[in-house]
Amino acid sequence: MKARPLYLLISPFAMEATLFYILATMLVVFAILTVTAANPVRSAVYLISALLGMAGLFFLLQAEFVGAVQILVYVGGIMVLFLFVIMLVSVREVETQRRANRQWKTALVLGIVLSFELVYFVVQGADVFRIDTISQDLIIESQTLNTETVGGLLYSTYLLPFEIASVLLLVAMIAAVVLTQKQL
Amino acid sequence: MVDITHYLVLSTIVFSIGVVGVLTRRNVIIILMSIELMLNSVNLNLVAFSDQLQDPSGQVFAIFVITVAAAEAAVGLGIIIALFRNKETVNVDEIDLMRG
Repeated sequence: MKARPLYLLISPFAMEATLFYILATMLVVFAILTVTAANPVRSAVYLISALLGMAGLFFLLQAEFVGAVQILVYVGGIMVLFLFVIMLVSVREVETQRRANRQWKTALVLGIVLSFELVYFVVQGADVFRIDTISQDLIIESQTLNTETVGGLLYSTYLLPFEIASVLLLVAMIAAVVLTQKQL
Repeated sequence: MVDITHYLVLSTIVFSIGVVGVLTRRNVIIILMSIELMLNSVNLNLVAFSDQLQDPSGQVFAIFVITVAAAEAAVGLGIIIALFRNKETVNVDEIDLMRG
């Protein structure tokens, strides 16, 4: 009898759960490091790692287009922009300065309270989100949840928001150019 | 299939970390990064529900959120550069021009 490959011993469900927990741990740890790091450059690198973990979760949720956009736009675009600005804005004595402002204790307590409150209500209302609350034929009807469907939706139902988003990007581009002029 | 509550709780935790970052840090750049974290946790919610309901609209909304985040980052970083040029600081509690 031939030995089965190792990956066949793991059921798809266990595989998905394992991947979820690995990515979730990575996301939470790097998010905490982002918020607590002294050096902004380190903070940005931790945020890149957190965003990559998030992209992995998107892939796990079969949203490959959003995951790819996440990596391209966030990691490739926004975070590089952040790193450029960090380099432009001097970080010489920033590591020796105070990291937190004066109200940090109150803010931390409020953040923890908010976290517990939100988790409590999500767990309490978990039954609302179950799959059996929607009709079964809806699921069979839209089996192909992929880039093609998202693209079609973007150019049909959400055409006007899509155009508005492009105008928003143009406005942001002009604003960034105007704001960084010398004589402002 | 991982239960959607897991995704919601994870997104809640990441959102709260972002809130704490915005409220506690002095450096404007790190505050902006915390805002990016919060926007991203909302995206996770949208995509998780999109997967749960088998409706790709959630993914379209996530793409719009990413667009707005990109615009926000560009304008925000432009403001930070203009601010640094005038005030020589990026600490929020030292920027008190409107205090009177």
